This record gives sequence, C-alpha cells and structure tokens, in this order.
Amino acid sequence: MNLVLLLEQALNGLQLGVMLFLMAAGLTLVFGIMNLVNLAHGSLYMVGAYLSVALFGLTGSYLLAVPLALLGTLAVGMIVELVALRTLYERDHLDQVLATFGLILFFNELVAILWGRAALYTTLPAWLTGQIEIVSGLNYPAYRAAIIAVGLAVALGLWYLVARTRLGMLIRAGASNRTMVAALGVNIRLLYTVVFGFGAALAGLAGLMAGPLYTVQPGMGEDILIEVFVVIVIGGIGSIRGALAGALIVGMVDTLGRAFLKPILGTVLSPTAAEAAGPALASMLIYLLMAAVLAVRPAGLFPARG
Amino acid sequence: MPRRGRTLTIVALLALLAAVPPLAALAGQPFYLDLFRRVMIFAIAALSLNFILGYGGMVSFGHAAYLGIGAYAVGILAYHGVHDGFAQFALAIGASALVALVIGAISIRTSGLYFIMITLAFTQMLFYLGISLEEYGGDDGMRLAGRSVFAGLLDLRDPMPFYYFVFAILVACLYLVHRLVNSRFGMVLRASKSNEGRTRSIGFSPYPYRLAAFVIAGAMCGVAGALFVNQTAYLTPAFMSWTRSGEIMFMVILGGMSTLIGPVLGAAGLLLLEDLLQGWTEHWQIILGPILVLVVLFAKRGLAGLLPGGGRDE
Repeated sequence: MNLVLLLEQALNGLQLGVMLFLMAAGLTLVFGIMNLVNLAHGSLYMVGAYLSVALFGLTGSYLLAVPLALLGTLAVGMIVELVALRTLYERDHLDQVLATFGLILFFNELVAILWGRAALYTTLPAWLTGQIEIVSGLNYPAYRAAIIAVGLAVALGLWYLVARTRLGMLIRAGASNRTMVAALGVNIRLLYTVVFGFGAALAGLAGLMAGPLYTVQPGMGEDILIEVFVVIVIGGIGSIRGALAGALIVGMVDTLGRAFLKPILGTVLSPTAAEAAGPALASMLIYLLMAAVLAVRPAGLFPARG
Repeated sequence: MPRRGRTLTIVALLALLAAVPPLAALAGQPFYLDLFRRVMIFAIAALSLNFILGYGGMVSFGHAAYLGIGAYAVGILAYHGVHDGFAQFALAIGASALVALVIGAISIRTSGLYFIMITLAFTQMLFYLGISLEEYGGDDGMRLAGRSVFAGLLDLRDPMPFYYFVFAILVACLYLVHRLVNSRFGMVLRASKSNEGRTRSIGFSPYPYRLAAFVIAGAMCGVAGALFVNQTAYLTPAFMSWTRSGEIMFMVILGGMSTLIGPVLGAAGLLLLEDLLQGWTEHWQIILGPILVLVVLFAKRGLAGLLPGGGRDE
C-alpha cells in the first residue's frame, strides 16, 4: 500500500464526508428545531441533481444553472413544508416517517414521469474536468477537489451563520425552547419555513454536486439518505457539530474500508476468503461503527442538549 | 358487546379469506388465489410488527429484515438440496429470532428517533450483506431451487394446499398475538408503552419484556419470509429493502394500529389498492404516495375503526 494511493483515498473520503455533511446539516437542523423526521430529504437531493442537469442543458451555462437549481430546490422545499409538513410538527415520529415516506414515492414517480426512469447523462464544463497535481505523483480530479472546497466553505459559512448572526441565534433558541421563542414574539412559523427551505437548498447542493459522480436517476436520494441517518445518529441528532464530525468519520471509514479492507484481510485470510468477505464487510462497516458508537454513547458523540 | 362484535368481525373476515379458493376456481380466475395468498403472507408480517409497534410502542423501521432472513433461510437450504419444510421453517424461525435478539438487544437501549433510525440502519446492513452474497445470486437474486415439501403432509408446489397452509398459519398467529397481548406479559408490555415511569415504579423493568416481544415478532415475521419466498419462487435482497419496511409499517397504520384485525385489513387494503392502481397507470406510485400522506394525516384509527367492534384494545 503506497502513500500516494492512501492520500488519494483519504481525499475521496473527505469528498464523501463533505457531501454527507451538506445533507446531514439540513436534516439535523430540521430535527433539532421542528422535531421533524424528514425522510423526503433524499428527494430534495434528487430534485437538486435533476434541476441542475435540466437547467444546464437549457441555459448552456454551468455557472447560471447551479444557482438556479439551488433556488429551485429551495422553492420546492418551502412548498413541501407549507403544503404537507407543517401539519406534521405536532404529530409523533411514526406519523412523520410514514407521511414523508409517502412524499418519497410521489417525488420518485414525478421525476420518472418528467425525465424517465433511465439514468441521465450528465456533463461538466471543461474547466472542471481536468486534473490538478496535489503532490508530485498524485493528480487529483479538479471536480472532486472543487467539491471538497465548496463543502468546507459551506461548513464554515454555516458555523458563522449559526454562531454569529441573528438568524443563527433564533435557530439556536428555537432548538432549545420553541415555545419560549414563540412567546417572545418571533414568527416561529416563518422561521420554520426558512430553515426548512435552507436545509432543502443544502440537500440540493449536495445532489447537484453528486450528479456527475454518481448516477442521476429516480430513487438516487435513498441510499445516501440512510448513510446520512448513520451520520447524524453517530454525531448526535440535532447537533451541527456532531453532523460535521459524523460526516467526516463516516466518509473516511466508508471510503477507506472499500479501498483497503480487501488487501488488509488478504494478509490474514486466504485470497478467496478475502475476496468474499472484503466487500461484504466494507459495505457493512459504517453500520457496525454506528452500533459500536451507540453501545458506548447512546445519544451520539455530540449530544445536542447535553 | 363490542367484544362480541369484534369476534364476529374477525370470524367473518377469516371466513371470507377461506372462501377465496373455491370462488376463484368458480370464476376461473386463479390469479386471485395468488393475490390473496400474498395478502395473508403480508398480514402475518404486519401482525408481527403491530405486536411490537401497536402494543409495545417500538417503532421498528426495519421489519423487512426478518422477512429477508426467513426467505434466505429457505432459499439457501433449497439451494443446497434441502427441501424439507420442517428443517427450512425451523431454520427460518431460529435465524430470524437470533437476528432479532441481536438487533433488539442494541436498539431497545435507545428510544424515540434513535430507535427508528437504528432499526432502519441494521436492516440496511443486512440488505448489503444480501447483495454481497455472490454465491446466492448477489444483487440480482436467484430462483428458488424448489418450494418447501412437508413430507407426507403437504407440498407447497400445489397452489390450493399452499393457500390453506398460509391461512392456517395466519389464524395461528392471530390467536397467538391475541393470547400474548391479553396475558400478564402483554399487560406489562402495554403498560410500559403507555407509561414507562409508572411501570418501573411498580417493579417491572421494561427492557426484558420489550426484548422478548421484539424476538417473538422477529420470529413471526421470519415465518412470513419463509412463506413469501415460496410465493415468489425467487430470492432477492430486495425483500429487505427499506421501502419494504415502510410498506409493512403502512399496512399496520392503514389497518389500524393496536387492533388485532387491523394488520390483516391493512395488508389487504394496501395490496388490493396497489393492484387496482397498477391496472390504471404505470405511474401508480404518484397516486399511492399522496394517499399515504392523507391516511396518516386524517385516518388515524385505520380501516378497523370502520368495522363493528373495531376499536383499540386499550
């Protein structure tokens, strides 16, 4: 195992980690503030991916398509909140899970009607398709590097927003005591809609960045959604800091496990056994990690209300 | 009186189910035999989920795991040439109970949202395990080598005996759940759902009761899985996909949570609705999705609430 390969895989892990974080931040905020489990968060990721592909095809400009897709996802998120989710805040988690499960069926089928069931072909502008040399001997795809940069910038911006601005103060207040915030005269319904739309836009951003790397097809949001659940369970539900830590841990463990578990097992097991067990264990690794974390800390690594 | 109404409702429904094969044969529509066998298999799965969800308050979002374990137990034995139904069903029950014991032991330590997500994640883990089993078809799945044979008694290759076999298991499971819920064990389980603090203060620790209920439900759903793979004659990891867990959960809610007959009504309601919508349009899920949302929002008591004596057991 050489060092360049290890570095490359670590960067891939970081890239997966920041994408998971973009998803997890919105989901954990919505849970922390509205006490809502939103399975349809993965659908917003899918909407972001489809809108960016469609708008890029329509406008021919990537730099125009990205902000438009983000605005589109934000609007879709707000509409969903106003029409369907608003009535669910007071319900128990079981109702929320089922109703948002219904929304997933709806969105997957809507996308299949509009764009078909087959995976969409995605393109990137020329300036994002090259390679950049990180260290000598390691040429890393510019697009993945850009994802890492955008993800880290968003994480920093989110920290500033939550810790240093008035809106962030309201978000934190809403997370710790909703009734009190409402009693102090804050329009809590508007705050909810804004936070939900904002979380939707973050999911849309993750989706539009994921498009060229993975496949754009109906149901694309579900696999990542469950990984994001693992992230926020490990990090502690409702905590943005926990979401960041959990996302980076899960991104790294998943990527490195898939890359190196088989060769590592090969040193102790027979080649055929390693061939069989390696991929199986690698795909289960993050769930085993989650079980281990919960056995030690049932409320996650950074519990929101400690 | 409401109690008698409920018993009458259950007997009437079961009589209807028992009458399906002769009616289907009379109408020359063997398709309905298949459809209602499927309904009963999912009724068993939903019944087992309702036992822990409706009576135990445990919102397991990974119940498809046991459906998959039961199916794989039968499928793997059949693949290696063991078609004996007794061995296959024993393995299905044992393996799903064991898996439920492990998952339950970890999950029941948590509650609320964590419980939902952990049960979901464990099922996803088993789903990926199924995909990586290349020997048994991996992602694509494999044909079941042959349906279960109970030597001297019953051969599941015959549609009609298979139908009544599923029917008998459904009746047995209904009776079992009824007895469990009304036993001392079931009272502790229901008490810890409605008020955990008070249950503790009168001297019961909910954990072992919940875990035992979780294992019983897992084993029961494992039987449904063993029947389901005989129904489809095809084994695939998709049995354990998380949307399947969602469907089973929806059956419980649609039929009426915490009622004995609810899961049967819910399984029938969802599968017949799917069948109807599929006949209309290829994009039937765009109709089913909003229906699901509306049921959750406005029809809390479920289908059982519409029938005589269909109130909750609490």
